[in-house]
Amino acid sequence: MIFFLLSLLFWLSAWCVNIWIARQDARNSWTIFPPILFGLSLILIWEATILCFEVSPVILPPPSAIFLKLISSGPILWADFVQTVIKGALSGYLFGCLSALLLALVVDRFQFLERGLLPIGNFMAAMPIIGIAPILVMWYGYGWQSKSAVVTVMVFFPMLINTVQGMKMSDRIHSDLMLTYNASYTQNLLKLKLTTAMPFIFNGLKIGTTLALIGAIVAEFFGSPVRGMGFRISTEAARFSLDMVWAEITVAAISGSLFYGIVVLFERWITFWHPSQRGSA
Amino acid sequence: MRGIVMSENSKVFPVISVLTIIVILWYGFSVVLNAPWAYDQAKRNSVSLSFPELVSKTWSQKRPKLPTPHQVANEMWNTTVHQKITSKRSLVYHTWITFSETMFGFFLGTSLGILLAIAIVHNRATAISVMPWIITSQTIPILALAPMIVVALGSAGFSGLLPIAIISMYLSFFPVVVGMVKGLKSPERLELDQMKTWSASGSQVLVKLRLPKSMPYFFTSLKLGMAAALVGAIVGELPSGGGGGLGFRMLSGSTFGNTLHIWSGLFSAAVLAASLIIFIGVIQKIILKKMALEL
Repeated sequence: MIFFLLSLLFWLSAWCVNIWIARQDARNSWTIFPPILFGLSLILIWEATILCFEVSPVILPPPSAIFLKLISSGPILWADFVQTVIKGALSGYLFGCLSALLLALVVDRFQFLERGLLPIGNFMAAMPIIGIAPILVMWYGYGWQSKSAVVTVMVFFPMLINTVQGMKMSDRIHSDLMLTYNASYTQNLLKLKLTTAMPFIFNGLKIGTTLALIGAIVAEFFGSPVRGMGFRISTEAARFSLDMVWAEITVAAISGSLFYGIVVLFERWITFWHPSQRGSA
Repeated sequence: MRGIVMSENSKVFPVISVLTIIVILWYGFSVVLNAPWAYDQAKRNSVSLSFPELVSKTWSQKRPKLPTPHQVANEMWNTTVHQKITSKRSLVYHTWITFSETMFGFFLGTSLGILLAIAIVHNRATAISVMPWIITSQTIPILALAPMIVVALGSAGFSGLLPIAIISMYLSFFPVVVGMVKGLKSPERLELDQMKTWSASGSQVLVKLRLPKSMPYFFTSLKLGMAAALVGAIVGELPSGGGGGLGFRMLSGSTFGNTLHIWSGLFSAAVLAASLIIFIGVIQKIILKKMALEL
């Protein structure tokens, strides 16, 4: 019981520190601490709750057990990571984003396609596309190729819509200027349209990162070889060894955040000129 | 330059022609994909197939690799009209289960999202300590949690709608938080100052200024949240076993190789998503018109 009260005390004091930090000047570098303190107190309360109220590890394992499992089963986790993230999610992500980008170029060139394809693309982006997972697993087999195909379709539509929208963002006055420079179609595309579209393209790329991981993991629920994060999660959950499940989820969370973070870094590097990026310089 | 303003009607012809091309491609691919099986059958019966025979064979298989649109439509018609609604073979039965899970999770997620947004707008300590975690929570492939939540809550004695609704909630609260924070912050300095001159309390500012002003953002995030809730419900059904629902129907179709079940489930999910989003759109139109936020 004492642990539980102590953890609550830690949470309260961390909260007071956060309130104090919140009152400080908004531009200092303190803002990194509140989320860390908040996360730490959540983990402490979680650990203490399980310790004091004797929650069965079948329902929720304590963070310490998850951490131990994470360290002790490194090779299995690594094999699953390679199977799901590198082979399944990453290949599908690259292929889906690239093909959406190419189709967006074609759509931008022909107004007829834009008016015909865009409403359908918008409609598809709101659909539960994950439902095609069983179909694609049936077509491409249990290997990573089917996961890659699911991811391709999932990232395709958000990427297409964002890119097409971004290509329309160039001002009339800019395209007129390109015209007076006698710019060719390629020059106009590379120097004006794709450049102004970059913030939107990155928006699509960022949405795609989470969708890619979700697609690769869920597709494994419909059949996979004996490795992979989705396979491990569903089999270990059925065997009630939840510490392994949570270890996989931790790996998934870390790789998801890293994946997102890498895209954000690229965004800062490429769209340094955009107003939304200036404050952080 | 093509600067002519296009009316809504001018979209109809392009959309229909693109759809027609998709349907034609679909029929073509179902010939190509189903051909190996048809040839195999013909070989066993030691007959050779002419092209028209091949086409008619590939378009009428019982377990095709790619069913044709009319086969899917036929299956959907048979399983909605010719079955009792309470029967497990009825598509209406499964759609209803998925629908109720989606609505439950959507309701929980929207409430959580609005409460969080209000806390974030009113309390800077909450904003800077919780907001980064909310964003991180979405970079986690949360659907991976689905089997675990279902198993854990099941062993704790909760089964049925609740575990799946929780997964739906987790997916749908995020667009609501983000949209509502934006919406609640949308009143301008001038309007906030005006409230101050009336010495309005925090809750009065919330109810009379911030909430009404956030309505356009609210409906946009409702649409996103609804789509996310449906995905959560479908994926949540996968590990839950015999419960029923569209996700369950697709999974059982996949294990028994019954492709028509998968495709009809997929299309019912699409119809369900579209009608829910259109429904929100209609309410949005009515309410925003009444509030004179949109003409």
